[in-house]
Amino acid sequence: MALIKGGTYTPLYGRDSLKVTVADFKMDVYLVTNKQFLEFIKKNPKWKRSRIKKLFADKNYLINWKSDIELGDHQSLNAPITNVSWFVAKDYCKNQGKRLPTIDEWEYVAMANKTLPDARQLKTYNEYILSWYEKPKTFNNEIGSTFKNYWNVYDLHGLVWEWTLDFNSVLISGESRKDVDKDSNLFCGSAAIGVTNLMNYAAFMRYAIRGSIKAKYALKTLGFRCVKTISN
Amino acid sequence: MKNLKLTFIVLLVLHSFVSCKNDMKNKTSNELTTYYCPMKCETNKTYKKSGSCPVCKMDLIAHTREASKRLVEGEISDESIFHLTSLWNTEEGKTIQLEDLKGKTLVMVMIYTTCKAACPRLVADMRNIQAQIPKSNLGNLRFVLVSIDPKNDTPKRLKEFAIENKMDEEQWIFLQGTESGVRELANVLAVKYKEISPIDFSHSNIISVFNMGGELIHQQEGLGVDNKETIQTILELTTKN
Repeated sequence: MALIKGGTYTPLYGRDSLKVTVADFKMDVYLVTNKQFLEFIKKNPKWKRSRIKKLFADKNYLINWKSDIELGDHQSLNAPITNVSWFVAKDYCKNQGKRLPTIDEWEYVAMANKTLPDARQLKTYNEYILSWYEKPKTFNNEIGSTFKNYWNVYDLHGLVWEWTLDFNSVLISGESRKDVDKDSNLFCGSAAIGVTNLMNYAAFMRYAIRGSIKAKYALKTLGFRCVKTISN
Repeated sequence: MKNLKLTFIVLLVLHSFVSCKNDMKNKTSNELTTYYCPMKCETNKTYKKSGSCPVCKMDLIAHTREASKRLVEGEISDESIFHLTSLWNTEEGKTIQLEDLKGKTLVMVMIYTTCKAACPRLVADMRNIQAQIPKSNLGNLRFVLVSIDPKNDTPKRLKEFAIENKMDEEQWIFLQGTESGVRELANVLAVKYKEISPIDFSHSNIISVFNMGGELIHQQEGLGVDNKETIQTILELTTKN
């Protein structure tokens, strides 16, 4: 795991105080792979495709696997696992003595490029992410095939989206389920949450995805990695 | 036109109630249905005939054996929230799992007690719903208020809140969970929330209704919205069994 030195930054969606402070933590260098997930499934049969409760995953769960314990024909062992729900991702990390990263933690690490901890103001940084959005089927690529960032973490941009522990804390007006005026009906106090930098389109996409998914969704373009709190 | 529609619905509902009763009679077996007192005056004693409780005189509630059998065997469906195994503290200081609420229709909402804006209205919505449910149905029903602020909403605080808001009868249950348990339940209910400051949260306003097997049957979104459908759902669920 890579050690991430904590710090303070302004996320796309700030809280009242705008700045967010992240404590030191450790993050997996790579996304969880098909191979690793397969091993996990063999040891935890309750998450097999044929056994999983509908409460915890929709019908796309591991949909391309040949059977409960066989990958699909075109799936590489070293490609990131996708088509998994939040519940399973969460349990996977727990089984390793880890957890999913919070949005703040993930964004904190992901704002780095190869050399800077916060490269968000650089044109090249944003262009790189946007060009990824245009590439098809990057979820089939193997882990480590993009770049190693400032924190020595690979593939935060370029392969798949990633589950976060508190993805359901993204409250965007006109949220997935009901198109209402800002904070009129569905939300309490959501006016306090606004975009701090609308130019950051790439990040806006990530927040939009988080605001629209549900925990049981198993999307082809959504994988995960784990993190660990550093206990003193 | 609206009146006509309403009359039609009322007739339809009445009809289904009547036909339900007929069905039971047709089976000519009292064995299938037992009756129990909602107050459990004689603990878990069941009665063979409908009527009122000999102790407190409250109307007895019908209970079909089929349903109880299914639940005793612990067969809950794939979509039941009873698969969530996290632990919760009630306002009475008991520790439970959601599965301990099995057998009751559940009306669930997520709130936090320091909330000044939406929560009082959400709580009022819950009370409005409760006020429209006949007493005889309440025994089959639990209103569950889950705190999204487990740090501040201790069982003691929840109990105070219950008393302040006159929600201290048996059918009201307040739950304090762990941070991860709350996050998980919110995800099942599709409730979104975010801590904006140590005492303030943004959150979706959703009231969810579950059947006695823990399956999500209905959700009502927004504040002070028309709760007719929610009440209809609750009536159907609590009358059937």
